Amino acid sequence: MILEMKRITKRFGSVIALDGVNLELAKGEAHALVGENGAGKSTLMKVLAGVHQPDSGEVILNGKSVDISSPAESQMLGIAIIHQELNLIPYLSVAENVFLGREPKNLGFVDYKKMRKDTKALLDQFGIELSPRSLVKDLSIGERQIVEILKALSLNPEILIMDEPTAVLTDKETEKLFELIDLLKQRNVSVIYISHRLPELKRVCERLTVLRDGKWIKTDVLEHFSEHDIANLMVGRELEDMYPPLPTKFGNEILRVEGLTQNPNFQDVSFTLKEGEIVGFAGLIGAGRSELATAIFGGDPADEGIVSLKGQQVNYKNPIQAVKGGFGFATEDRKQTGLILDMSIAQNITLPNLRKYQRVGFVNRKLEKADIQKQVKNLNIKLHSVNQPVKNLSGGNQQKVVLAKWLVANTEIFLFDEPTRGIDVGAKREIYHLISNLAKEGKGVIVISSELPELLGICNRILVMHNGRISGEFNHEEATEQQLMKKATGL
Amino acid sequence: MANLETEIEVTKDRKLYNWMQYFWSNYSVVFAFIVLFIVASIASDHFLSPLNITNMLRQISVIGILAVGMTFVILIGGIDLSVGSVLALTGTIVMASQVDFGTSIFTAILFGLVAGALIGVINGVIITYGKIAAFITTLAMMTIARSTALYYADAGAIAGSNMDYRAIGNEYLFGIPIPVYIFAFVVVIAFILLEKTTFGRHIYAVGGNSSAAHLSAVPINKITIMTYMICGLTAAIGAVIETSRLNSVSTSSSGSMYELDAIAAVIIGGTKLTGGQGRIIGTVFGILILAILSNIMNLLNISPYIQGVVKGAIILVAVLLQKRS
Ligand SMILES: Nc1ncnc2c1ncn2[C@@H]1O[C@H](COP(=O)(O)OP(=O)(O)OP(=O)(O)O)[C@@H](O)[C@H]1O
Ligand SMILES: [Mg+2]
Repeated sequence: MILEMKRITKRFGSVIALDGVNLELAKGEAHALVGENGAGKSTLMKVLAGVHQPDSGEVILNGKSVDISSPAESQMLGIAIIHQELNLIPYLSVAENVFLGREPKNLGFVDYKKMRKDTKALLDQFGIELSPRSLVKDLSIGERQIVEILKALSLNPEILIMDEPTAVLTDKETEKLFELIDLLKQRNVSVIYISHRLPELKRVCERLTVLRDGKWIKTDVLEHFSEHDIANLMVGRELEDMYPPLPTKFGNEILRVEGLTQNPNFQDVSFTLKEGEIVGFAGLIGAGRSELATAIFGGDPADEGIVSLKGQQVNYKNPIQAVKGGFGFATEDRKQTGLILDMSIAQNITLPNLRKYQRVGFVNRKLEKADIQKQVKNLNIKLHSVNQPVKNLSGGNQQKVVLAKWLVANTEIFLFDEPTRGIDVGAKREIYHLISNLAKEGKGVIVISSELPELLGICNRILVMHNGRISGEFNHEEATEQQLMKKATGL
Repeated sequence: MANLETEIEVTKDRKLYNWMQYFWSNYSVVFAFIVLFIVASIASDHFLSPLNITNMLRQISVIGILAVGMTFVILIGGIDLSVGSVLALTGTIVMASQVDFGTSIFTAILFGLVAGALIGVINGVIITYGKIAAFITTLAMMTIARSTALYYADAGAIAGSNMDYRAIGNEYLFGIPIPVYIFAFVVVIAFILLEKTTFGRHIYAVGGNSSAAHLSAVPINKITIMTYMICGLTAAIGAVIETSRLNSVSTSSSGSMYELDAIAAVIIGGTKLTGGQGRIIGTVFGILILAILSNIMNLLNISPYIQGVVKGAIILVAVLLQKRS
């Protein structure tokens, strides 16, 4: 065993995030770490990364008991981590971010040439076309994730921790990542792999450890379990029917988009949405799906084209108009555009629709509280108090807060951009049912997702985008993963 | 669900502990104030005398009011360097209206307040729609406002003749100077705005993450402009007190460097310069800390030339402590 973590306990105030958790890792093994949202996975990894100090328990590395008191020390011990939340510096270039704090030097000056060359080599290894000089702020969230991965790889670690690395990647980049992990394993690097995408676990990992509510549940060889078994172990009960029945009763056309263009992000996009219908958008990173949703919502208005709501042209200039018109937009990147991390859970949930709780400019906390409690219950958000800062929630629970924001608003048309990113299987199922119920109530729903199975599972129709244009449209009955993939890659 | 119930089930002492932790992380400035207060009372017998206390409170009122306005601006992640000069300009307007245009005191004050708010709006519009950094915009406004005042009065002073005007800055009510009431009133209004209203919620949202706020239908430009307007307005309120005290305005020295003290108070009070975090109560204690410091140093006959070193050190310590938590 290269690493053993024994009886690790960690509290945050009165919250017990980890309660006597064990984890062991063999050399050259990829080890899956799974559990529901808030189970303690990220916290356990942050103990290894030197971000958190455990209250009790022992970490044994290469047979020696170690005390990891800082991230720098963790790096020195040969541990690299790709955190669940991205931690790049927006105004630095890709190369500068990858080598941050470890810049190659020449006569005391930073050797930018070497830095860019090494970064380029890493990028090539990943097969991604990105300039080492581009600023991180101009990258998509998927590209940022790749930069994070490269940053960890450039450390040449013995142990590599990946906390939901594929949550923001599409299938193509994901496959690249898996090939890289295979390569690392051959080089005897050990990998701890956290993911809520259960199908990919077997592709990557040999063993798994399950956590539930901060407690260790099981460590075993992955082959012994089906996806269904893993899901049941995570939630501690029997899960049934992942996807709800498709909506069937449609009302009038509620949204019509014609020839919408925003250079260079998307061109000539047209589609319609009926009341009670769920329409999916598939595509690769950079296909322009998020930009399209942002434009419809008025976040960054389009250059040309028409958006009509119930037959009337609206073309929103800002999100305020869109929200008044009944639109809700759960963005893909909760940290950058979804949440105000320092504000409380409650304040985040009511932010888009504060006017609803307003009496002559004053916020009526009682009215507010009732709605907040309802959504916390509805989405089963795991929290200590609704007044705690939203940044203290686990990743998946933060995601639920993003959804809750638009459920309390009087939303008629939902734009969900990666609604289940980072959400555990049990909660995913709940969200699919929730989306289906929204449709049943006659709302129009648009779902953008990089997980094809979920689009196939819940959407009446799926549109595929490639390079900013709609490249295919499928009804539920005729769509298959292969076809979607083909259109998404522009074949 | 279960989570909410556990919230209620939390035992009493746990609650107390959590509350104390919360209090400490949010209000460590209060403890700093208490410590300083005790040290000051021991160091000098005069410190606790009613005369000294009321004088001290009156002296901080003007900067205190500016600091309240500054809190709004810093909460949205901005800065306003122009408040000192705006104080001089609006003070000039108030005095000139009375002396050169013969308006009533009331009208003169109204002109001053409207002018202050208007300058704030101009700052805000340039920052939002002109997309020029707040630091640069308000730096420019600082020189423009000062220069306008200097030009009008040939760099001299404008002295008033209406003795009634002096009352605002010099009279007492129940033994407490009028400016202190005005300061308290401004603080209460600010507290209500920030803690209880939609506007306040929006301020924290814009300061915390403006792109998320934008996509949550928060009118970020409007909110930004309004915070600068409030800041300009508080500068004008400060101007009224300041000019009334001597019944005169000095276009060259009125309000000079006030922006720095105001910003210092806000920072010591725990408001983050990056925006999104901070409370008005913090600012009040920040200003009190600055006041006690300079008061006690004066009482102890410490050279005013060295007092800046102490003030600077306190600011650094405050920011260091913030970084810790
Ligand atoms: N800094 C913190 N302060 C307070 N509570 C925290 C903090 N960090 C984590 N927690 C709590 O600890 C628990 C475990 O969180 P953790 O982030 O480890 O979950 P996770 O298993 O990674 O979940 P997810 O799948 O959603 O990412 C949660 O209840 C969370 O609210
Ligand atoms: Mg996590």
